[in-house]
Amino acid sequence: MGVFSNLPLPFLILSFLTILGALYVVTSKNPVHSVLALILTFFTISAHYVLLNAQFLAIVNLMVYAGAIMVLFLFVLMLLNLNKESEPIKSNLWGIAAAISAGLLLVVITAAFQTAGIAVMKSNAEGIGLVKNLGRVLMTEYLVPFELTGILFVSAMVGAVLLGKRDKNDIVKSEEI
Amino acid sequence: MLSIFHSLEISHYIYLSTVLFSIGLFGVLFRRNAIILLMCIELMLNAVNLLLAAFTEYMGDMQANGQMFVFFIMVVAAAEAAVGLAIIVMVYRNTRKTDVSFLDQLKD
Repeated sequence: MGVFSNLPLPFLILSFLTILGALYVVTSKNPVHSVLALILTFFTISAHYVLLNAQFLAIVNLMVYAGAIMVLFLFVLMLLNLNKESEPIKSNLWGIAAAISAGLLLVVITAAFQTAGIAVMKSNAEGIGLVKNLGRVLMTEYLVPFELTGILFVSAMVGAVLLGKRDKNDIVKSEEI
Repeated sequence: MLSIFHSLEISHYIYLSTVLFSIGLFGVLFRRNAIILLMCIELMLNAVNLLLAAFTEYMGDMQANGQMFVFFIMVVAAAEAAVGLAIIVMVYRNTRKTDVSFLDQLKD
């Protein structure tokens, strides 16, 4: 544990919880437990954002991810009645292959960063992550992407409604049954 | 920022995000439930978001380009989740399964 000894304790605890939550998302048999673990992970990532002086980002992360998207996932799980251990068991070979692939990626990226020698000092700039600064940048430099985002959202909404709608034949069929 | 956090370096955030991203990748490769696949993709996106926020802070970029990217990634993730879940619901309605390995019947 010599590597970790000079790190601040809050960061260590947060990172530990983040990784633990992520592992539980992947390994849990029950999908509802996975969703709840993912919400825990998002909360800890929000705490990391606060540590990184990205206060607005932390709140938006909580509202959008933990609030909206995860509730959507939970709704769909409950709607499809998948809140039981319904997943077929994969063979061990598949798990080993997946673990080797992901582990290789981890090793390669870690090794690449170790030799890269990134020397970035912590800046003393204040107020980067506050609403005032972010809003100014969003409305001046990133105005066109911001508007395109609106179009993307409208098309995603229309697409989701179109996909989720039953067509008439289905309704008739289900009524006959 | 409190003084106890001055010993934190960008490399610690790089390693944390790499571990998170690898866990997400493992989930995408390992799990079969399509909803959990989407959740693992969200996990990978969040790892990248964390790294972007870390670099914004350590570079002291007043334009906050990294944080802007995080916003746009969040938007794309929300749209992707909405459309992806709609597709999963539609597939479930037709096949009564959310198993991705069941979907290879398209090749027959």
